[in-house]
Amino acid sequence: MKLNYRVLVFIAAAIFGLALSAPSLLSLAKGPKITLGLDLQGGLHMLLGVDTAEAIRSKIKSLASSIKYAAEDEDLIIDEFKVRDGKISFELLDKDDIPKMDEILKKIEGIAIGKEGMKYTISLTPEEVASVKKYAITQAVDTIRNRLDQFGLAEPTVAKQGADKILVEVPGIKTPEQEQRIRELIAKAAHLQLMAIDEERAARVDQMTPAEAAKYGDVILPDAQNPDRKYLVKEIPILDGSMLTDARVAFDRNNQPVINFSLNSQGAQIFGDFTGKNVGKRLAVVLDNKVYSAPVIRERIGGGSGQISGGFSVKEAHDVAIALRSGALLAPVFMEEKRSVGPSLGADSIKASMIALITGFLAVVLFMVLYYGIAGVIADVALVVNLFLILAVMALFGATLTLPGMAGIVLTVGMAVDANVIINERIRELLYEGKSVAKAIEQGYANAFSAILDANITTLIAAVVLYAYGTGPIKGFAITMSIGILASMLTAILGTHGIWQMVEQKIEKGGLNKWFGIKVAGGNA
Amino acid sequence: MELFRYKKPIPLMAKAKIFFAVSIIAVLASWALIAFKGFNYGIDFAGGTLVQVKYEGKVPLQKVREAVKASKTFEGASVNYFGSEDEIVIKVRTSSKKLGTDIGDEARKLLEGTGTFEIRRVDMVGPKVGSELREKGLMALVLAIAGILLYVSFRFEWRFAVASVMALVHDISIAMGALVLFNVEVNLDILAALLTILGYSLNDTIIVFDRIREGLTTVRSSKLADVIDESVTRTLSRTTLTSLTTFFVVLTLFAMGGEIIHGFSFTLLVGIVVGTYSSIFIASPLLMMMGFDVEKYRQKLAEKKKREQEKEKLRAMYEQGTV
Repeated sequence: MKLNYRVLVFIAAAIFGLALSAPSLLSLAKGPKITLGLDLQGGLHMLLGVDTAEAIRSKIKSLASSIKYAAEDEDLIIDEFKVRDGKISFELLDKDDIPKMDEILKKIEGIAIGKEGMKYTISLTPEEVASVKKYAITQAVDTIRNRLDQFGLAEPTVAKQGADKILVEVPGIKTPEQEQRIRELIAKAAHLQLMAIDEERAARVDQMTPAEAAKYGDVILPDAQNPDRKYLVKEIPILDGSMLTDARVAFDRNNQPVINFSLNSQGAQIFGDFTGKNVGKRLAVVLDNKVYSAPVIRERIGGGSGQISGGFSVKEAHDVAIALRSGALLAPVFMEEKRSVGPSLGADSIKASMIALITGFLAVVLFMVLYYGIAGVIADVALVVNLFLILAVMALFGATLTLPGMAGIVLTVGMAVDANVIINERIRELLYEGKSVAKAIEQGYANAFSAILDANITTLIAAVVLYAYGTGPIKGFAITMSIGILASMLTAILGTHGIWQMVEQKIEKGGLNKWFGIKVAGGNA
Repeated sequence: MELFRYKKPIPLMAKAKIFFAVSIIAVLASWALIAFKGFNYGIDFAGGTLVQVKYEGKVPLQKVREAVKASKTFEGASVNYFGSEDEIVIKVRTSSKKLGTDIGDEARKLLEGTGTFEIRRVDMVGPKVGSELREKGLMALVLAIAGILLYVSFRFEWRFAVASVMALVHDISIAMGALVLFNVEVNLDILAALLTILGYSLNDTIIVFDRIREGLTTVRSSKLADVIDESVTRTLSRTTLTSLTTFFVVLTLFAMGGEIIHGFSFTLLVGIVVGTYSSIFIASPLLMMMGFDVEKYRQKLAEKKKREQEKEKLRAMYEQGTV
C-alpha cells in the first residue's frame, strides 16, 4: 500500500471534519460551534416595519413650532398658520415683515419655500424626507437593540433588513408570557413629556372637544390608570425625554414601584425655571400620551430629577425604565412578520429530523455495501467524512442550522453517493469490457468526471439562487446543500480515488465480486 | 449484486411519441388544476396567522372550535389536527400589526378553560410580506432556470439547454399540479422543495446528456435515436439506483421527519419520481424533436479539431521562427 496525495488530502479533510465538528456534536466548551436556528432551539423572530410617515409628521410638527416660536420672538404677526398634508402654510399681515421672515426661514435647513405675495407654503425637500425616514429607521434599530440588551437576554439580533424593515431575533424564550413582555418592551414609544396643566380651563375639560382645546393651544390627555379621567394640558411640553440622562426603578413610602429619572443640565435648568415660576399649579408627567401623575408644584425643583408614579407593577416599572433609558422611538414600529417557536417544538423537530437522518443514512450505507461490495464500503467512508465536513464547515463559519437545513443534510446524503454510483457503474462497464482493474479504475474516474462536475454545478446554481432569494430557514437549506455538494466533490471523487490507488494492488484475481460486486466471466486483474 | 446489466440498447426512442403524449396530458392537467383550482397558499404567501397548540392528552376539538367561533378576531378560522390527536393548528387569514398584544396572545386567552395546553408556535405574516415573498419566490425560480440554461448552453449546446429546461418545466409543472391535487399548503419550504427538484432533476438529465455527448463521438451509428438509446441504456442503472437511494432517504424524511416537513418531503417525493422519468423519457427525445443532427455535430467537432491543430502548427512554426 502506498500513500498518494489524494489519500493525504482525504485524511486531512477527515481530521479537519472530525476536529471541527466535535465541539458542536459533543457540546464541548471550547471551539467553534454551529448555532441552532430559532426553529430548532425555540425563540422569537420578527420582521418589523417602521411607520416613517409618522416620523415625517412629527418632524413637520416640530418645524412648525420652531417657526412659530421664532416669529413670535421677532414680533412678526402671522395669520392662518396651518399644518396640512405635510405642508406648513401661513400668511404675513405686514409687508415689511417679509425680509425678517425670509431671514428666519433661511436658517432652517432642508425645507422648500413657496411664496405667493405674503402667503408662505413650506414643505420638506425630498432629500430631507429621505434622510428623516432613514434616520427614523436607524434610530429604531439602535433603540430596540439597546432595550433588548438591557433586558438581559442571550444574544438578541437586531438588524436593518432591506430598505425599511427591522429584523429582530430573540433566542431562548421560554414562555408566551415572556415573549409578550419582550414585544411590549420593543413597542413602547417611551415618549416622556412634562407638561403644564391649563389651570384656567381645566375645570371644563369634560365638556371640551379636542377641537376646542386646540383653539386654546391645549390637548386633552387621559389618565394612565383610569381612562375616563381627563386632563387639559398645554400642547407644547416643557420638557421631553430627550433631556433625560437616567431612569431607575425605586420604591416609594408605600413600597410601590416608581421610576426616578434625572435630567441633563439643560433640562434641569428649564425644569427649575418652570417650577420656580409656577408654584401652586399642577405639572403633568406624561408618558406615551397618558398622564401618570399631575402633582401640584410646591416649590422650585432644582437638581433636575423627577419621579413617575402611577400604579406600575414591578415588571412594568422595570420595562418602562429600560425604555426610557434607551430613548424614545421616533417613529412607531409595527409587525410585518412574526414567527415564534416554543422550546419543546424545537426539541421535537431536532429529534424527528435526527431519526430521519440516521435511518436514511443507514439505509444508504447498507445499500451501497450490498450492491457494490468493498467499492460500496469505500463510498460509505467518503459519505461519513462528507457529513463531518458539512458540520465542520458550518461550525467554522458560525452558520445556523435550521430545520430545512437538516432536511438539506438528509438530501445531501442521498445525492452525495450519486457520484460514487456513477463512478462505480463506469468501472463495472470497463471491467466487463475486459480492462484490467487498474485501468478500469483510472478510466472510470476520468469518464465519470465531466458528468459529476456538470451535475453538481447545476445543482449549485439552484442552491446559490435559493440562498440569494431565500429568507431565514430557507437560507439554511441552501447553505447545507451548497456545502454538501462542494464537500462531496472532495470526498466522493478525490477521496475514493485516492483509496483505490492505495489498495488496487491488493485486488486479487477473480475477486471482482468481493471488490466491485460483479461476476465477470474469465476474471481479469 | 447487480440489478441492471447492459446487454444491448433498449429501443426507447421508437416509443417517444407515447411518452410525449403521457407527459403532455399530465402537464396540461397540472396547468388546468393550477389555473382552475389554484394553489392552497399558506400564510407565508397569503398572509395570516397560524397557532400551533399541543394539549396534554386528546384535543377537545369541539370545545376549541366553539371557543374560536365565538371570537371576532378568529372569524373564518380553521382548526385541524396536526400530526397527532393531541396537537392542533388554528389558521386564520388575519394578522395583527400590533406588537403589544397579538393574535397568539389572544388565542391563549381564548383557549383558557379548554384543557391543559401549550402554545408551541405562532407564525404571523402580514399581507405585504406575503406578496413580497411570493414575488421573490417566483424570481428565484426564474433566475435559477436562467442560470442553468446559460451553464448548459456553455457546456453542451443550445438544444441541450432548451431540452433540459423544457424537462424542468415539465417536472415543476407536474409537481405543482400534485400540490394542487392533494391540497398541500404552499409555504416557503415548498418553494425550497421545488427548487431542489429543479437541481435534482437537472442532475439526472445532465448525466444522461453527458453520456449522449460522449456517445456522439463513440457510437458508430450516425442516427441520433441510436446514440440516445445507447446512452440512456448505459446510464439506466445509475439513474435508477440514485433515484432509488434518494427516494428512500426522502421517504424516511416523509415518514419520520415530523409534521412540519411533511409538505416539503411530499413535494420532493413527487419531484424525484417525475424528474427521473423525464430525464430518461422526455429530455432526450426532445433533442430529437429539435432536429439535432449528429453528422453536423461531428463535422463541427472535426472542424474545431482541425482549426486547433492548425493553430498549434502555426504556433509551433512561429516559435521556431519560420514565419
